[in-house]
Amino acid sequence: MWTDIVMVLLILTNMVVLGTSRLRACIRIVATQGVALGVLPLLIHSIETHILIFSIISIILKGVVFPYMLLRTLRQLNVWREDDPYVGYGMSLLAGPITLAFSYWVSTRLPMPFSIHSPMLIPVAFFTLIVGLFLIVSRKKALTQVLGYLVLENGIYAFGMAIANQQPMLIELGTLLDVFVGVFVMGIAIFHISRQFDHIDTDQLSALRD
Amino acid sequence: MTELILKVIQPLAALLLAPMLLGIINRVKAKFAGRKGQPILQTYYDLWRLFHKGAVYSNTTSWIFRVAPIICFAAIILTLMIVPLAGGNRSVFSFSGDLILAAYFLGLMRFFIVIGALDTGSSFEGMGSSREVHFSALAEPALFIALAAMARQTSSISFSGIFSAVTPHMWAGGCATILLASAAMIIVLVTENARIPVDDPNTHLELTMIHEVMVLDNSGPDFGFILYGAAIKLWIFASILTGILLPINGLPFIISIPLSIISIFIVSIIVGVIESSIARLRLISVPNLLLTAISLAILSLVFALRS
Amino acid sequence: MIWALILIPFSASLLSLLIRDDKLRRGLLVGSAICHSIIMALSWAQTFIPILGGFFAVDLIAQLFLSIASILFLMTSFYAVGYLKTEKHENKKDFLENRLFNNAPEAVFTACLLMFLAMMTMVVTSQHFGILWVTMEATTLVTAPLIYFHRHHRSLEATWKYLLICSVGIAVSLLGNFFLAIAASSHNGVSIPLMRGELIARGSELWTPWVKVAFIFFLVGYGTKMGLAPLHTWLPDAHSEAPSLVSALLSGALLNCAFVGILRAFEVTAAAGQLVFAQDLLVLFGLVSMLFAAVFIIGQAEYKRMLAYSSVEHMGILALGVGLGGSAVYGSMFHAINHSLTKTALFLIAGNILAIYKTKIAADVRGMLSSIPASGIFWMAGILAITGFPPFGIFLSEFMILRAGIQQGRYFIAAVYLILLAIIFIGISAIALRMAQGRNTRPLDVKVERRSSIMPSAILIFTTLVLGIYIPPHLNNALHVIANLLGGN
Repeated sequence: MWTDIVMVLLILTNMVVLGTSRLRACIRIVATQGVALGVLPLLIHSIETHILIFSIISIILKGVVFPYMLLRTLRQLNVWREDDPYVGYGMSLLAGPITLAFSYWVSTRLPMPFSIHSPMLIPVAFFTLIVGLFLIVSRKKALTQVLGYLVLENGIYAFGMAIANQQPMLIELGTLLDVFVGVFVMGIAIFHISRQFDHIDTDQLSALRD
Repeated sequence: MTELILKVIQPLAALLLAPMLLGIINRVKAKFAGRKGQPILQTYYDLWRLFHKGAVYSNTTSWIFRVAPIICFAAIILTLMIVPLAGGNRSVFSFSGDLILAAYFLGLMRFFIVIGALDTGSSFEGMGSSREVHFSALAEPALFIALAAMARQTSSISFSGIFSAVTPHMWAGGCATILLASAAMIIVLVTENARIPVDDPNTHLELTMIHEVMVLDNSGPDFGFILYGAAIKLWIFASILTGILLPINGLPFIISIPLSIISIFIVSIIVGVIESSIARLRLISVPNLLLTAISLAILSLVFALRS
Repeated sequence: MIWALILIPFSASLLSLLIRDDKLRRGLLVGSAICHSIIMALSWAQTFIPILGGFFAVDLIAQLFLSIASILFLMTSFYAVGYLKTEKHENKKDFLENRLFNNAPEAVFTACLLMFLAMMTMVVTSQHFGILWVTMEATTLVTAPLIYFHRHHRSLEATWKYLLICSVGIAVSLLGNFFLAIAASSHNGVSIPLMRGELIARGSELWTPWVKVAFIFFLVGYGTKMGLAPLHTWLPDAHSEAPSLVSALLSGALLNCAFVGILRAFEVTAAAGQLVFAQDLLVLFGLVSMLFAAVFIIGQAEYKRMLAYSSVEHMGILALGVGLGGSAVYGSMFHAINHSLTKTALFLIAGNILAIYKTKIAADVRGMLSSIPASGIFWMAGILAITGFPPFGIFLSEFMILRAGIQQGRYFIAAVYLILLAIIFIGISAIALRMAQGRNTRPLDVKVERRSSIMPSAILIFTTLVLGIYIPPHLNNALHVIANLLGGN
């Protein structure tokens, strides 16, 4: 049952990220998502030492380090809102449940060969994935695109949970490393972008085109 | 015999205790603001005062304006007969599909308030009516879809059926549906009852009024009916919310009925807390809030369908 | 020995961050490249022992692609010495917008180059899908500072697109890894580890729907890095804004690494009995890439972007070759060699053109044969080679793929392939050959052309010329064995 609650929390956080224009709130919501996912291994597997350590690392990374980095970038850039996305907030919100229904449908087409802890895990993982991609595509500010990447990685991490009892933690560590370095490098890139361009509107990064 | 008593107690309790809800909300707000606040029974005194006054009717109004408050009150009483308290004791009229009838009674009430407001020919009321209809058009799908999700989850399309099927066992299985449907219901409650963050019941500024402005021209007993109706509407929505949430079906009636009444009071306290903590939303942001409610309702439907 | 292959560039990279003297650092760069190439040459003579319990091994595919990468890196490092020397002393004015800009510190540049070589080695030799993925991610992150060497806003835009698109692609391929893990989960408790050897051996035990989905995700994810259309959108920008030697390495080596990733997934999918499914997908992506390239090459204004789209085209040809099966797979592997050699040579010459003519627009460059004759000759040779002129190697490999297509009776695909090749040929020749001919009217900053900027391209083009006429038997055998592994002959 606790796994189900984490899944519902994941869904709700995705919905909120889809619907809000305030970047600080977005960062905090994605942080809660990360913490909820960090707790998931403890719920799914038995509490052994290496899983505990892994959970703690995830929670610290996603709940403390990333938000701190991103908030600091926000403060340096003095950007607080995403005012004009390609897809408006009302539409984004409605797209949420439709995407969830779609991911439920997809998961019925892919039967799991072994039993997983909660039947909600696969659809919710797909849902988070698609929400992440949606954010990357529909938002203009580079920071929101990085947030979309984080949500995408959260979805993949949730997916990794489903198979984690089949393959060792190597893959989980890989995901974590991936997110960490990716976000770190992208944060630096955003900082450079703001310095060069005086804004982080990727809509205006259009000097290179055919 | 007990059946009859139970059926009668529910609307009776509502009629007696509903005005206290408004008083509780105002008291909570006052406490947050550091004031002492109105007495909790203030609404009763207001109703007494209003019913003993004479009404003033404007020249531009017609019979619709006089009839509207009465029809509204009648509609809300009928709805009261359908919606039981939490725990699913049967309501006075309960039959399969009664939740659709209840929603339409509420719609009837809304329609006549709007018509009565438009009948005055004043631009204030017209503005309020248009906003009210706009937001209700978005809130109604949320209400319906949330109720549909609960109906699917409990395999019953009657309020009594739904409330009586909410047991701890159902909580374990379908807690996502229940929680999401109640989240949507909270937003609908706030919208339909003209509470912050959708509408400020204390304001009288043109830019910010919705419900207040529609009843500007009503006075005397008419306004009394409307005020009483608003209190009962809040009671009804609160009992729907608690009915979806509380798994108190199996308990003996001596316990479950007072428990559900207390839970309704708790809902009004929560409304008071929400009102004191959040600022009113800008009018262009309210559709976003309602779209959120619709999304939450669709989510709860998705969860109800997949199980 | 594999330890040496990985650790030499890795430690050289870390060292170059600490070394302050430029000459010493450049020497370290060239030195590591030479060591790497010598060890790769040794690998053809003796087999290397797999390390770390089989996680890294030099199998035939790894040997081929790593040798290519090694040679390219060697030539590029020779070029880099002269390039870095010039970059240090020149007045850095952006000629497009007349602003001043900085370069990234040279130590960071050299360190990233060497780390790139180390990560590439790890990608290609990795036998475990998870490690392959991690190192592929590492190559993305390590090449981003390379693209952002000239610090102005166009290159920043290119770097941002590269980072975002490739990171999303890598995330998608991570999901592919997970699906593969699910496919490899067993029927009775013990699941197959994600080692290439075991997965191929026990291919029939894999769950079919998951293998198919895994292949799709691998194709899309690694295809983003490889430059298959429609996931190629980062390619033209990154190649046109990066320093030419970085573009050369990206086109010549990085795209091949991503192709190796796809090939590993292909092997497993074929072993699971889904060969036709995988081949059809590859043919589709291959033709779409060639189509996109053809559309965007015609009327292309900048010559480096033109070369970038040509890379997209050739990656499409690689995918098409493997997708057709039969003798086309041999052609595809041979094509990989020739394309890398030619494209690197072309990009290095393009670097010369940029440095001397100071313009990126092809229409402004005229009369190379008269003003910079050495570069001009090799530019023309390279352009003829890349468009498939005999007797260069690319003609031979493209012809092999065409012949296989006709032999299999897939006339429609062969016809589309031929038409697209013709369109691309017309497009490239119209732009590039004119650059070499005519008379130059711009004021040029012509110094005597440095030997280090000509010799690498010369060697590479000469090699591909030789390969077009004579394939050494050792290489021939190796290519046949690889083709067999990939379901061809």
